[in-house]
Order: sequence, then structure tokens, then C-alpha cells
Amino acid sequence: MVKRVRVRSLMPPGHVRAPAYLRGKTGVIERSLGAFGNPEQLAYGLPAEKKPLYRVRFTMAELWGDRAERPADTLDAEIYGHWLEEVPDHAP
Amino acid sequence: MGGDAAGPVPMEGHDFALWEKRVDALMVLCSSKGHFTVDGLRRALEDMGEDAFEKHSYYERWIAAVNQNLIEGGVYTLEELATRMDDIAARGATYGEAARG
Amino acid sequence: MPHDHHDHDHDHDHHHHGLSPSGHPYRQDDDAPLTYWQRMEIAVRELLIEKGVTTAAEIASQIDLMDSRSPANGAAVVARAWADPAFKSRLLDNAGDASREMGFDIGPLHLIAVENTADTHNLIVCTLCSCYPRNLLGLPPDWYKTRAYRSRAVREPRAVLAEFGLDLPDSTTIRVHDSTADMRYIVLPARPDGTEGLSEAELAALVTRDCMIGTGLPRLPQTVATPG
Repeated sequence: MVKRVRVRSLMPPGHVRAPAYLRGKTGVIERSLGAFGNPEQLAYGLPAEKKPLYRVRFTMAELWGDRAERPADTLDAEIYGHWLEEVPDHAP
Repeated sequence: MGGDAAGPVPMEGHDFALWEKRVDALMVLCSSKGHFTVDGLRRALEDMGEDAFEKHSYYERWIAAVNQNLIEGGVYTLEELATRMDDIAARGATYGEAARG
Repeated sequence: MPHDHHDHDHDHDHHHHGLSPSGHPYRQDDDAPLTYWQRMEIAVRELLIEKGVTTAAEIASQIDLMDSRSPANGAAVVARAWADPAFKSRLLDNAGDASREMGFDIGPLHLIAVENTADTHNLIVCTLCSCYPRNLLGLPPDWYKTRAYRSRAVREPRAVLAEFGLDLPDSTTIRVHDSTADMRYIVLPARPDGTEGLSEAELAALVTRDCMIGTGLPRLPQTVATPG
């Protein structure tokens, strides 16, 4: 079953691996990649907790709306689990 | 960066100079020995601000990030760095002379 | 060193003009005025050696190791996948392990191969920095690291591809891959038509660096000179 997720639209200062252009955007999990050290801790020389990492697929229509070159083209990015929130399938 | 408007992709390239390859090697060696993480380098690069991208070349930014992380990690001090950079300037006017090979 | 080429031995001044074997102008190095950043590199390197963090020999061998990595390694992997369906399936399952199986020392690289098909074209970018499968393909081309490529590849990949001479039909779906974290990506291009009789080495000669990033397509067989 396809799992829909939204990238949290937080904008903290500092080093985050969830690109700004994907924040607040909804996609589907393409695959789970395993757990990796949290870059938000590694970047500051701190011991890092392992965080689950996912490959999330977005449509260009979702990212760019009417400006998309071809709405059905896609973009995949790796996003850590703590930057994702689940979107129920019946949600608008 | 991602999604911003920008001009045509510049296609010209260059072969890496020796000093650039050395920066790359220092980056790989120090991170594999645990003196910093790639994330620490990325954080230092981002903290330089967007205009660093216009003002400095790729490996100029990377040596700055490597140095920043090594200072933060206490591998050497700013005083040691500054003294050494001063000494190096006195060795000669070119990279070859200053690097002594 | 790649800068030392031996095919122009009539040219005693070859470091200062002409093109390198990779087709780029030589960058002045030892004899250009010393810059602030070069002084920093020398200082950092000397301090690291004095503090016992590394040695001059270790730095030299790391440079040799990076110089030894080139798109030819990736081309060999792609050619194997074209020639051997079982290998292709292992490559798509775990590209890192499949590359190691061929003897490539790619270190801790987590590699994902994405397959181009008749109706899908893949394109790789890193919008946050310059992540690239460097342990397999060597260092990325300069354009891959530019603000223009990193900004535009995720929003207008078709316009970017057109600048690379690739005009894809509307029936082709483009999948852009932003290397945002720990994975690195390589495109497995579609095997060109008319290559049925070719050996693995002949197939590898068709595989360009750009076609493994997704900004190009493999060469057509008739455009490659017969080896030897």
C-alpha cells in the first residue's frame, strides 16, 4: 500500500538535509533506505542518533504547480523520518 | 538553491590543480579519521552564505570548511594557522615555491 | 599525474597552452601567483602532518586513488549490466554490492542504480551540495557543481536537458533524483539498438560520463572507432 507523506514545513536556521523546496510538499514513499546518523547532530560534531531514511517521490505538479514543465514527471529525494508526517489517504 | 531561477548551465570545465586535489585528499582523510563529518563540512559551507558561492571557487570554499572544522575540533589553533600562513607567504610568490613541491 | 601527457613531446611548453587529455584548458598551478586559499591549504596540510594526523605519503596516495577513479569504472558496470541480465538485476537491487563484485573499491558508498527504459529517463542532481558517486566515477564535472544546474535540474529538467542536446518526447517520463542525504545515484542507460554483437568492452566504450548522470545518452555504435 502506498504511503503518503508530507515534508514538515519547519524552517530552522542551520544545517538540515530536507531541501527547502520540498518542505510542506506531499509525496509517496518509494522505498525505505535504513537508518543513518542524524545529520542535524553530525553537522555540529555531536553524537548522532540513527534516524530512518526514506526515498520520497513527488510529482512535479505537486512541487511547481502550473509552472511544472510536465506535471507527471517526478522528483525523488531522501528525507529523514523525523522530517515526514503521514498523510491519511482520504485527506484532500 | 533547488528550484531557484538561474541562467544556462555553464559547460566549461577544468582539470584540477594540485592544490585542489590536495584539498580533496585532506577532506577525505580527515573525515575518514573522524576529525569531522561530511555534515560538518556542509554546515560550514552553508554558513558562509550564498554570496560565497559567487566569490569563491569550489575548492576555496572546501578548504575554508575543512579548516573551520579542524579549528572547531581542536586539531590546531587559529594562532598556529595564522602564523603558518604568514610564514608561507614569505617563502615565495608562487604556489610551487610556497608549497616547496 | 594526468597533467603529464606524453603525446606532445615536441611541445616543450605544454603546461601553458593547448588542451589536456580530458579536453580542458590546463589550469596554471605551480607558477601562478600564490592565493590566500592556497596558503591556507599549505598551512592546513603542514599542520596536519606535524600533528601526526596524516603524512605526505598518505595524501599523495589518496590523490592517486582519486585520480584512478574515472567514468570508465561506471562504464564497465553499465556494460556488464547490459550483457548479463542476472548482474543487472543485482545492480538494480544493490548497486554498491554489484560494483564491489566487479572489484571496484568504492569504500562505504551507498549506491542506487536507476534504470532508463523506453518511456522513463532519469537525471541526477544534488541541490544541497555536490554529492556524486565519486568513489565509482571520480570527481564530478564542474557543471554538476554549478548553481545553475543545482537550481534548475529539479524544476525544469527538460530545459536543462535541452541545453545538453537532449530533447525528450512528452511521452517520456523524467525522474529527477536529488541526492539529499546518504545515497548516491548512477543512471543505468538503456542499451542502444544495434549493439547485439558487441563485446562487454565494446559496450563500455559507448557509455559516457554524462549518460550515467542522465544529461546524455550512450554513444551509438557506429560513432565509436574500432578498438585497436
